[in-house]
Amino acid sequence: MEFFRSHVLVCSGVNCSFKGSRSVRNALVEEIEKQGLGQEIKVVETGCFGLCEEGPVIVVYPEAVHYCRVSPGDVGEIVEEHLRKGRIVNRLLYRGEAFPKAVQTWEQIDFYSRQKRVVLRNCGLIDPDNIDEYIARDGYEALGRVLRHLEPGEVIGLIKESGLRGRGGAGFPAGLKWDFTASAPGDQKYLICNADEGEPGTFKDRLILEGDPHSVIEGMTIAAYAIGASKGYIYFRGEYNLSIDRLTQALKQAREYGLLGENIFGTGFGFDIEIKVGAGAYVCGEETALINSIEGKRGEPRYKPPYPASAGLWGKPTCVNNVETLANVPPIILNGAEWFRSIGTEKCPGTKVFTLTGNITNAGLIEVPMGITLREVIYDIGGGIPNGRKFKMAQTGGTSGGCLPGALLDVPMDIDSLAAAGSALGSGALMIMDDSHCIIDVVKCFLQFFRHESCGQCTPCREGTWRLYELVDKISRLEATMEDVELLRRLSRTMEDASLCALGQTAPFPVLTTMRFFPEEYEAHIKKGVCPAGICSAVSQTA
Amino acid sequence: MAITKEQLESVEERVQNIVSVYEAKEDCLLQILHDVQADNNSLSEAELIQVARAMDIPLSRVYGVATFYSMYSVRPRGKYVIRICESAPCHITGAQAVIRAFEQSLGIKMGETTEDRKFTLEYTSCLGVCGVAPAVMINEQVYGNLTPAKVQEVLATYNED
Ligand SMILES: Cc1cc2nc3c(=O)[nH]c(=O)nc-3n(C[C@H](O)[C@H](O)[C@H](O)COP(=O)(O)O)c2cc1C
Ligand code: SF4
Ligand code: FES
Ligand code: FES
Repeated sequence: MEFFRSHVLVCSGVNCSFKGSRSVRNALVEEIEKQGLGQEIKVVETGCFGLCEEGPVIVVYPEAVHYCRVSPGDVGEIVEEHLRKGRIVNRLLYRGEAFPKAVQTWEQIDFYSRQKRVVLRNCGLIDPDNIDEYIARDGYEALGRVLRHLEPGEVIGLIKESGLRGRGGAGFPAGLKWDFTASAPGDQKYLICNADEGEPGTFKDRLILEGDPHSVIEGMTIAAYAIGASKGYIYFRGEYNLSIDRLTQALKQAREYGLLGENIFGTGFGFDIEIKVGAGAYVCGEETALINSIEGKRGEPRYKPPYPASAGLWGKPTCVNNVETLANVPPIILNGAEWFRSIGTEKCPGTKVFTLTGNITNAGLIEVPMGITLREVIYDIGGGIPNGRKFKMAQTGGTSGGCLPGALLDVPMDIDSLAAAGSALGSGALMIMDDSHCIIDVVKCFLQFFRHESCGQCTPCREGTWRLYELVDKISRLEATMEDVELLRRLSRTMEDASLCALGQTAPFPVLTTMRFFPEEYEAHIKKGVCPAGICSAVSQTA
Repeated sequence: MAITKEQLESVEERVQNIVSVYEAKEDCLLQILHDVQADNNSLSEAELIQVARAMDIPLSRVYGVATFYSMYSVRPRGKYVIRICESAPCHITGAQAVIRAFEQSLGIKMGETTEDRKFTLEYTSCLGVCGVAPAVMINEQVYGNLTPAKVQEVLATYNED
């Protein structure tokens, strides 16, 4: 095997890519060759490190020095100073607002040191296009163990014991879902990995798939064995071409290694995965709509019951799991249910991957134990609110989640605590808003999303999302009365009760939570006729 | 709208070739429409009819799918479709200013196409790149951390050709 004295890891995650990480990589390779260091130093493209705000990010090993905002113009200096002379290039080190001194290694940066990486264990550390690097870090060992030593029922038992709950939004116990699918009558069963990821503010699944695709493939294969499926699908949203390319490559390598296809590990068990691609419809993330879309139909949700576990894809028993849920499976098999339960809270064991967006210093991707407080995430990891502004609101769970005020910053971030606080954990989207913004204006933005994404199949949602929008638009034009607020409340209740799927049921959520936690904003717009943030006015701005 | 024999014939071979790549399998309809649309960013009536014929399924089924998903368009669009994200994380990091910059530079409103059929402006929901909000997608390419000034830079690269 070749030996390199240094490795330069260049983030090729989607956020860094759009900031030019490819040209940084090319410049590095060129400069290293030019200086005759090609035999000593290796450049590796990895998945997302998480600190996307500071991208393009590169990390130089063995020292683990973390450079931010690197441009091709910096490459000459990095090669000459750091790689040749061993002198760190200070001006490219991380310096968040909270840090007086530049920090050198990535483990020292608060953003990383307070995280717990289970799902993202390999992201940023391995070359996702090279299956050997995954295998070198215990990859596919869990699958080998499962196929050789465990009965399907035992795998299900283990996942049940671990307490793993779905990470796609609903938080349903994974082991139970597997059990339902396994015990449903039928010879042909399907496993679907939900990578639709349409919830605004969420981009974790793509970064998991792009940074460590084999962890998802391995998790899927284990799940398929447990439920008795010989065929699986990964459903991507249409915009995710980078993820699709990476996964296609990973599937090919897994097949070549005999880790996918017929007779895996020589055990007689066969399973293969096909990629399906959507075409722009948020509702297709809903599992029955997704199933329709895979069948090549309009992505309209189906009535439940029957649930997919008994009649799903082409009427056969089908298990739909989120990317992150499946990526948790191999570590649980390797380390045991008890280990998993030692992380997070009693009812929500394990970690959660969050995506931080909006007015936050370190926008990006993090993984933390369930139950960490919102305050820790925003201030200790996220680096707080930039530009000297104040915190105003945090929306957890994406656009269908709830909006929390500063008084609730100490709420633990897990499924049950957030639900009790009136919000939701959902997909792990976390949007922070500072005090320069108006609650009414942003609620209008949420409702614009729902009226655009309602599939139109049932009346409460098709009509309701438009009426909700119109009522909030009226408030933002400073023309509403308190009767309109009452109407909003009644309409919201009707939609929650009467909509066919969770899209219509949760669309009023941001309205109801802001009415509850920010009543003064509604009153100012209605009773006083002013927008405290100075954003809304009598002339409507958005179309 | 009457459709002429010539229009139908002009797209027949291309559509048949695409459909045969997917062995006319019904569950591949979405992928087939993606491929058919790749040529000029929209699906013409003639193309939809030919897809239905080649797959031996009702036209209503093809049309139903083509109009359900937002990435397809049955109306003609420009060579470059600029999809601007208007979801909340982009909204609160300055999407409105980006929208106005695109509208002003191109002299069209959201939803419209420039007269030379080069650019179309569309709203989109979250593109999954909120780490670099506000973001837009121009055909397959994503641009992030946009400001009105950067909008000019981005458009300049498209005006070179
Ligand atoms: C409108 C709507 C959109 C959804 N979008 C997604 C999504 O993008 N990804 C996802 O995994 N689950 C999504 N879900 C939840 C799925 O229906 C389903 O619960 C989930 O994929 C199950 O996987 P899990 O048990 O592993 O979480 C959505 C649900 C609704 C109602
Ligand atoms: S609730 Fe909305 S999205 Fe769901 S089925 Fe009804 S109309 Fe469609
Ligand atoms: S994409 Fe590079 S750090 Fe997230
Ligand atoms: S909100 Fe704009 S890309 Fe996600």
